[in-house]
Amino acid sequence: MLKQCEGSVAIAEAVALCRPEVICAYPITPQTHIVEGLGSLVKSGALTNCEYINVESEFAAMSVAIGASACGARSYTATASQGILFMAEAVYNASGLGLPIVMTVGNRAIGAPINIWNDHTDSMALRDAGWIQIFAETNQEAVDLHIQAFKLAEALSMPVMVCVDGFILTHAYERVDVPSQADVDAYLPPYEPRQVIDPDEPVTIGAMVGPEAYMEVRYLAHAKQMQALELIPELAAEFKAKFQRDSGGLIRTYRTEDAETIVVALGSVNGTIKDVVDAMRADGVRIGAVSLISFRPFPSQALHDALAHAKRVITIEKSLSVGIGGNVSHNLRMAIQNPQVRMYTVIAGLGGRAVTRVSLDRVFREAMDDRLEPLHFLDLNHEIVDRQLERERLVRRSGPVAESVLRDVGGVTAGIK
Amino acid sequence: MSGPQRVKFYQTGTFTVGNRLLDISVRSIQSDADRHNSLNSGHRACQGCGEALGARYALDAAMHAARGQLVVANATGCLEVFSTPYPESSWRVAWLHSLFANASSVATGMAAAMKVKGRTDVRVVAQGGDGGTVDIGFGCLSGMFERNDDVLYICYDNEAYMNTGVQRSSATPPAARTATTPAVGPEPGNVFGQGKNVPLIAMAHGIPYVATASVADLRDLEYKVARAMEFRGARYMHVHVPCPLGWGTPTSDTIKVARMAVECGLFPIVEAEYGEIIGRRELRQRIPVDDYLRTQSRFAHLFSSRHLGGRDEARIAQMQAIADRNIARFGLMSARTAEKVNA
Repeated sequence: MLKQCEGSVAIAEAVALCRPEVICAYPITPQTHIVEGLGSLVKSGALTNCEYINVESEFAAMSVAIGASACGARSYTATASQGILFMAEAVYNASGLGLPIVMTVGNRAIGAPINIWNDHTDSMALRDAGWIQIFAETNQEAVDLHIQAFKLAEALSMPVMVCVDGFILTHAYERVDVPSQADVDAYLPPYEPRQVIDPDEPVTIGAMVGPEAYMEVRYLAHAKQMQALELIPELAAEFKAKFQRDSGGLIRTYRTEDAETIVVALGSVNGTIKDVVDAMRADGVRIGAVSLISFRPFPSQALHDALAHAKRVITIEKSLSVGIGGNVSHNLRMAIQNPQVRMYTVIAGLGGRAVTRVSLDRVFREAMDDRLEPLHFLDLNHEIVDRQLERERLVRRSGPVAESVLRDVGGVTAGIK
Repeated sequence: MSGPQRVKFYQTGTFTVGNRLLDISVRSIQSDADRHNSLNSGHRACQGCGEALGARYALDAAMHAARGQLVVANATGCLEVFSTPYPESSWRVAWLHSLFANASSVATGMAAAMKVKGRTDVRVVAQGGDGGTVDIGFGCLSGMFERNDDVLYICYDNEAYMNTGVQRSSATPPAARTATTPAVGPEPGNVFGQGKNVPLIAMAHGIPYVATASVADLRDLEYKVARAMEFRGARYMHVHVPCPLGWGTPTSDTIKVARMAVECGLFPIVEAEYGEIIGRRELRQRIPVDDYLRTQSRFAHLFSSRHLGGRDEARIAQMQAIADRNIARFGLMSARTAEKVNA
């Protein structure tokens, strides 16, 4: 059914259509509206046969999900930012135990400095936690990915993180086609666990494992993700056959056929990138884009094939691997393995800074003229940075960094263009 | 005379009674040849481990009450480590270990799953040591209490982080020597802080049932688990379990030391329902804390203080004051018991 609604509401409805049996709710911006929406659905009786638990922390949220999933219940939670870091230990534990929990991450920056706006630092911090990580480009895709996520998680008995850009998607009102319950039921069968805590067939789960078996267990988690490389496109194809929509898959290419320059990015910023690609194509520039949907597993082969003919690849990254640069671009370099391809990492949109068409157009053209530095920070105010570095050089007690920078910038609205 | 005849205990100074003297319905669950053996023999606990003993009694009692329909969440710690190097699991119950701090939350999830699946016959127990309960797992535990989730949480309190090699927890008694509160300097051992009485904190949540117990009185432990299993909602048991390794006691003295902790007043045995104390175990033969502390090398510095050149009277008196306060606060001595002691 077509609806005009907030992204979080659409996601909540999609999750409800998947018939979750246990939902753990803890508020954190910008994810909060999702669990609020689910709470209303449970409380009103629209979503039945579901335990909705208001936990006291994100760590408890993931822990309750672990207990519920281990007992064979389809389990869901949502978080963002500090929340995913607070539950980090349990995030690793869920994947280590092979529990098919689905979690939405409303992507948001990490403090300090505290910042509620969108970037991908939170998901990236847990990129090696053993969870499958898929990124939605639009609210429609966010809806569709959640339905696919439960199927994927349960097929592999591994947890899936559906990453949705905070505010840009979670709080945006867009047209969304919410599937019918009958169609979702036909696509997503009831959860049949591979392992279950059952008093009638008691097993020990979570035993101590020493050097004699630990590597094999970890390798099997990797092997599962390699299976996901096959399964994700299959589930997307099956989804398309059922719902007549392209959603999900490993990557999505846009006008890359003859492109010399290809831009790679995760999530909603692909919308802006496509607009810039269209404008530049109109000027005769051979440029295209790749939306990277599955970040874990990393679709090396699919990217290798999609980027094989490119002369240069520009990665737009909403997270910074401090001390080296880009997370996505380093993974991408492994996939391309062709030193002839020039690679540019553009760190953009940290803490919610707008990624504009004007700025993207500029860096794409600089890259094509080979004038762009390998690691570029989009719209970074170098004058402000230099002023702080100078202050630290001159004065021992230079004070707190963020507050000094904010004072130099001249208020919270001064930097917004 | 109407009604069943009351059981009489003829021994003095002990609660021990031969099972054969009792009606079959009130005999110890452990004496039943068909007991569940939830924590089976062959595990790797140290000789004289109070926790292994307490867990065995508690879980068999819970299994008995649940008619075998029990699932268990276990916190990281000695109990988890000594019982599970796979595939040599000692657990004969459906058992899940996730993390150190989250046993109560995992149990909440298990209870939710059982409820949603209509398996309300399946009961949930969470268990951990004092570190996993009163320190790192405290937030999750309080959340589970506050929501009144249908979980019995059992803390086996051996008064320090024993699994990592005897470091102080917030359940470590004042003055005790641990690896992180060494017996050196002018104030050797653990600090005299404000204490952290988790049974009282549990009671402050108003949950249906809170009890303390000790491996010194295993029948009382069994009774309290059985009683706890009669309630739905959040329940908490705090079981005192000596650790010979951490406390510096002979492995043969675990029960004796546990009993002395009770009889000196440092570990009060109480029972509470919905936030109100409804029962206490009165001291039978009150002893000075001196006698209890002397049994353990973790308190040795109180009796041969290098700094003072002898007994640390001031700090022993502080320990006695804690015991006296417990006795007064929880009514551990009736007038009759007090008379007996004074005489």
